[in-house]
Amino acid sequence: MTALFEGLLRLGDTTLILSHRVSEWCGHAPALEEDIALANTALDLIGQAQMWLGLAAEVEGAGRSADDLAYLRDVWEFRNFLLVERPNVDFGHTIMRQCLFDQWNGLMLNHLSGSTDDRIAAIAQKAAKEAAYHTERSADLVIALGDGTKESHARMQSALDAFWPYVGEMFTADPVDTELARDGVFPDLASLRAPWDARINEIFASATLHKPDSAFAHQGGKSGKHTEHLGHLLTTMQWLQRAYPGATW
Amino acid sequence: MVATAAEVWAVLATVPDPEIPAISLVDLGVIRAVEWQNDLLTVTLTPTYSGCPATRVIAMDVEVALRDHGVQNLKLETQLAPPWTTDWISDAGRAKLEAYGIAPPQPAGGPAHCPLCKSQAVERISQFGSTPCKAQWRCQTCLEPFDYFKCI
Ligand SMILES: [Zn+2]
Repeated sequence: MTALFEGLLRLGDTTLILSHRVSEWCGHAPALEEDIALANTALDLIGQAQMWLGLAAEVEGAGRSADDLAYLRDVWEFRNFLLVERPNVDFGHTIMRQCLFDQWNGLMLNHLSGSTDDRIAAIAQKAAKEAAYHTERSADLVIALGDGTKESHARMQSALDAFWPYVGEMFTADPVDTELARDGVFPDLASLRAPWDARINEIFASATLHKPDSAFAHQGGKSGKHTEHLGHLLTTMQWLQRAYPGATW
Repeated sequence: MVATAAEVWAVLATVPDPEIPAISLVDLGVIRAVEWQNDLLTVTLTPTYSGCPATRVIAMDVEVALRDHGVQNLKLETQLAPPWTTDWISDAGRAKLEAYGIAPPQPAGGPAHCPLCKSQAVERISQFGSTPCKAQWRCQTCLEPFDYFKCI
């Protein structure tokens, strides 16, 4: 497996799994506008996943399609960040997870827009435009809910504490990331941390939330070692293709 | 039977956008190129929002319209770069959007005025709307909610 294929799976699987998580809100969100916003966010993310996984399949050259990669792989073959497979818990957790990811994704897409691989640059330029709306919305909501009622503040702080140990994985380079960064295909992941911290600190200050002191970071998603939550998610997401292989409509 | 690129463009100008039928695919700016090579016609499309479900329907509608006009050998291609932006919507398309009740995109990031009563007193309800490309706004004068085609 080449570094390029691995790197593309990480982008594709992370957007795919987060898209599925966010889509679980469809029809259940606390207000109609939020329901629509979450569904649209999920849709944009699945569009990004299709492009990343489509390119991954092309790079692999084994005759697989983006759909094959999404529906016919098992847990250990997924390369998404652990952060995005965490359950939704409540609206506060969902928005906090989105904000932590959106701030990373916005920076990542801006860098990838100048990738030495033209195909990656084209996808990133396309995705960055949509992602800008996600980034703005999740930050606004974290501030509104963090600096909201006693109840909403407590829920946002508890969400932040719960997700914090999953932040580090987004910035920790392994040999795949290092190889891609050396060729100018991906940015150096560690270099995204300072601008991410700067923006996140501003958001949390406005939201009156306290950023946890711990630097502990769970690792594993990028190498296929997942939490039990991903298996349950895939059971739902892949059910149709597993029950009726090759089904189309 | 269409035979020239101009005739193909004329046919595509009659194919409505599946989600906003008031404008055509040409108005929307998603047709990047039309090219004949002997009897093979290649039409290059670009997606609006990457996850927009209308993208597949658009490709299907293009195929059906051109086959109806006698095109037998057709190839559809997708081109991502440069990415589609709301600047690709034609002036005619912008006018049709407004007449249909959807405020056309503005560089300032919000509607110029209410598409119904033209009042400039408008407020944003949500940056996300009924389709990936729209936001929800409300007029403070006539009180009607309306869609705004948001800029990307
Ligand atoms: Zn009005």
